[in-house]
Amino acid sequence: MTSNNPLIHVENVSLDWQGLQVLKEVSFAISAGDFLALIGPNGSGKTTLIRIILGLVKPTEGRVFLMGEKAEQFTQWQRIGYVPQKATHLDSFFPASVREVVAMGLISLKRFPRLLTRQDELSIDQALGRVGLKGLKSRRIGELSGGQQQRVFIARAIVNGPDVLFLDEPTAGVDADTQTRFYDMLAELNRKEGLTIVLITHDFGIITKHANKVACLNQRLFFHGTHEEFCSSQMVQELLHGEHHLICHHH
Amino acid sequence: MQRALLAGFLISLTCAILGVFLVLRRDAMIGHGLAHVTFGGVALGLFLYLSPILVALGVAVVSALGILKLKERAGLHGDTAIGIISSLGMALGIILVSLAGSFNVDLFGYLFGSVLAIDPEEVWVALILALVVLFTIALFYQEFVYLTFDSESAKVSGVKVRRLDSLMAILTAVTVVLGMKVVGILLVSALLVIPAAAALQVARSFKEALAISASLAGISALGGLIMAFYLDWPASGTIVAVSGLLFLILFQMRPYRKTTGEELS
Repeated sequence: MTSNNPLIHVENVSLDWQGLQVLKEVSFAISAGDFLALIGPNGSGKTTLIRIILGLVKPTEGRVFLMGEKAEQFTQWQRIGYVPQKATHLDSFFPASVREVVAMGLISLKRFPRLLTRQDELSIDQALGRVGLKGLKSRRIGELSGGQQQRVFIARAIVNGPDVLFLDEPTAGVDADTQTRFYDMLAELNRKEGLTIVLITHDFGIITKHANKVACLNQRLFFHGTHEEFCSSQMVQELLHGEHHLICHHH
Repeated sequence: MQRALLAGFLISLTCAILGVFLVLRRDAMIGHGLAHVTFGGVALGLFLYLSPILVALGVAVVSALGILKLKERAGLHGDTAIGIISSLGMALGIILVSLAGSFNVDLFGYLFGSVLAIDPEEVWVALILALVVLFTIALFYQEFVYLTFDSESAKVSGVKVRRLDSLMAILTAVTVVLGMKVVGILLVSALLVIPAAAALQVARSFKEALAISASLAGISALGGLIMAFYLDWPASGTIVAVSGLLFLILFQMRPYRKTTGEELS
């Protein structure tokens, strides 16, 4: 379900921070329907790049366009979903129910004073249904397992019906089986509902199984293309020092 | 006594509801810090022959915003920024009290609270300010909750994080000055922290946490004032003692025990 109209366009983005070059001249586009895996070594700037796209950090140079609008002027935040890395580090004592956490995702859709309606409650139920957690609506978020909490954060990110979902290492600290189920769910959202996904991951299995696009970052963008192009790239082989073969076996 | 009960109840309730947000934002000490600043503001007002409450309100609001700016611009942690501002506020108060020699009003009342001596005009002021704070929290409820839970994701959702942080700081300053009347500068942070901390022991949702915190504050205020009246105890200390007792009871009831290595082994 790819399209030629990019949802996200990053144009020559660089970031210097306290004398260090964090990102240098990064340019790429994300198309509707992509399941993009963003990989790279620790400290390569992956999280920073996502934060720049989302307007949380200003680049030193370059521009970002979201759905055709400059990022600084973008206001349609209901079209963007985000699961930050620290979602995995939840304070288990925070007194929020699953329903209340998912309801937070509706803020971008609602005008002030943002009162929740019956339709909103239905949207919350639907979002929880899509991630398989409908029966846990009244439970306190801190009572859930790590994998369940991640699904709640996905539900929060998709409850407003976004066009693109950004996830930053969403399964850090979660067991392997739960990770597999989690990524299968993401793949289903991408395949059946056309949700564009941008995923920062260290899990090469994801790239093999689900991602249709790969971007390889280490301050610069060394590669951006399809899974097949990734596997035939000499530069990537050198960059990943032999781990390349883990990604590029064919079914 | 009726005026004291009404004002004490409403102010304690306001402190308790705001306190849930402050405790979860890890800003529990800001009440303590702003209380010290309020002492400086009261002394300044008395020194300049102006309304000590109004001057204290102004000084507290400016200080609350100053704490925010120090955290943002100087990269200081909250407790450090609070320590700096509160120390300066207290120092101002000590200097002004010394320069003045003495004041014609009872500073003791500001330090330890004087709700039993509250006059009708003060009740109206307390009522209006408390309702303004509660109404503002209700108006921005969804944003405040999201901000408290996950400020980064809230920002991506279009929530104006900085503006709401400033609004929260102003509400805190107003609430601290209100609370000063009930329990005094020395104990006002207890009104913000203890009912909220108690509610967090048992609450299963955010709304439940607010409701429990408010209920505990109401019980503490009414129970404490009635006990203080009949036992001739200081109202401020009695209210806070009842609040502390309720915290201990709920602490024993807490169903959510953090799992540690020591408990697992």
